[in-house]
Amino acid sequence: MLKKRIIPCLDIKDGRTVKGINFIDIRDAGDPVELGKKYALEGADELVFLDITATIEKRKTLSLLVEKISREINIPFTVGGGINSLEDISVIIKAGADKVSINSSAVKRPELISEIANQYGSQCVVVAVDTKFESNEWMVYVSGGKIPTTIRTMDWVRKVEKLGAGEILLTSMNNDGTKNGFAIDITMEVSSALNIPVIASGGAGTKEHFKEVFEQTKASGALAASIFHYGEIPITELKNYLKTQKILVR
Amino acid sequence: MIAILKYNAGNIKSVENAVKRLGFKCVVTDNENEIRNAEKVIIPGVGEAGSAMNYLKKYNLDTLIKSLIQPVLGICLGQQLMCSFTEEGNTECLRIFETQVKKFPPKELVPHMGWNNLQNIKGNLFKNINENDNLYFVHSYYCEISENTTATCDYILPFSASMQKNNFYATQFHPEKSSLIGEQILKNFLSL
Repeated sequence: MLKKRIIPCLDIKDGRTVKGINFIDIRDAGDPVELGKKYALEGADELVFLDITATIEKRKTLSLLVEKISREINIPFTVGGGINSLEDISVIIKAGADKVSINSSAVKRPELISEIANQYGSQCVVVAVDTKFESNEWMVYVSGGKIPTTIRTMDWVRKVEKLGAGEILLTSMNNDGTKNGFAIDITMEVSSALNIPVIASGGAGTKEHFKEVFEQTKASGALAASIFHYGEIPITELKNYLKTQKILVR
Repeated sequence: MIAILKYNAGNIKSVENAVKRLGFKCVVTDNENEIRNAEKVIIPGVGEAGSAMNYLKKYNLDTLIKSLIQPVLGICLGQQLMCSFTEEGNTECLRIFETQVKKFPPKELVPHMGWNNLQNIKGNLFKNINENDNLYFVHSYYCEISENTTATCDYILPFSASMQKNNFYATQFHPEKSSLIGEQILKNFLSL
């Protein structure tokens, strides 16, 4: 049986992981490769590297980093964050990334999704969707959740599937950072409406939250950042717990 | 020296990196002599079968592959190209295995993407591997089960997760992306 995926997300700036990471068992937790390796050994099923660098040097530093990750990491990984053009994406895929994640650039120019899918296959294209519930509707936000759009989330996810997206990374802004659990309702709605995998993101605070999102929605995976970085929930422990709860994990 | 076949498919870098991590020397090449003289040959691949076969034929790599006598490992699209025919682009393939490649019926999400466990494992590739060990898969087409099947996997229906005939080995999963279990399988092949 296909397993549910547990996916740690690492934020990268200028080639270093950000957020106050405090590990005693690795030499350099600020090194994305070291941290990624640690997660892979603990049983992470995939990794997401989100580059938040906003300089003109970005493409070069990012492609060097992707090459290094690809040399050292033996599980699939996705790279995202401010990737705008097919040229940027080609550089990242050729450097060894298994998937690229696009967000604002897809909203701005949806054909980008088809262009990547045609050139590298749908399995390469993750469309990250930041969604916020307001005035009784789940709406799409761009620019790292700073700018609202007039696009309804359900309309957008259906459209990106048609354009050839291989996967949706769905982040609920209402839940992100709260540690109160994933947004079950929109995750359920999106994962039931589509025939591509949906990764739930935003709000993980306890092991039970992962059980809840896998039992109550059709999400194929769940992504989290801080609970893993701060060692609040070691991945091994999370997976052992999910196994006892009859959730299929590796 | 391990030769990794250079052709118009993706994911070659990951395979190269994985082989190097295991301490083997390798070269990514489409040069006939280099390939013939290699101890082992790997045909990696993420891509579309029709355009991949066209490329192999154009550069006579199809006849070269079939004539190889050292151990050869096809990965993912590589396994499918070793079969007789695929529904992807209705493509005639290398016919190393007399097996058909079909599209998954859309009863579950397609592609089959993620970690799934093996069953019915046998043969050299699976030394120190247990039934129910998980490997990473990404594919929309599957190889039917045949007498050459050396491991099965179940998604929508049971299919060949690995195959072997004489010196030709193949896996539908990506050993280079399958953590320690994948490394063990790759090591088993490289140590044949």
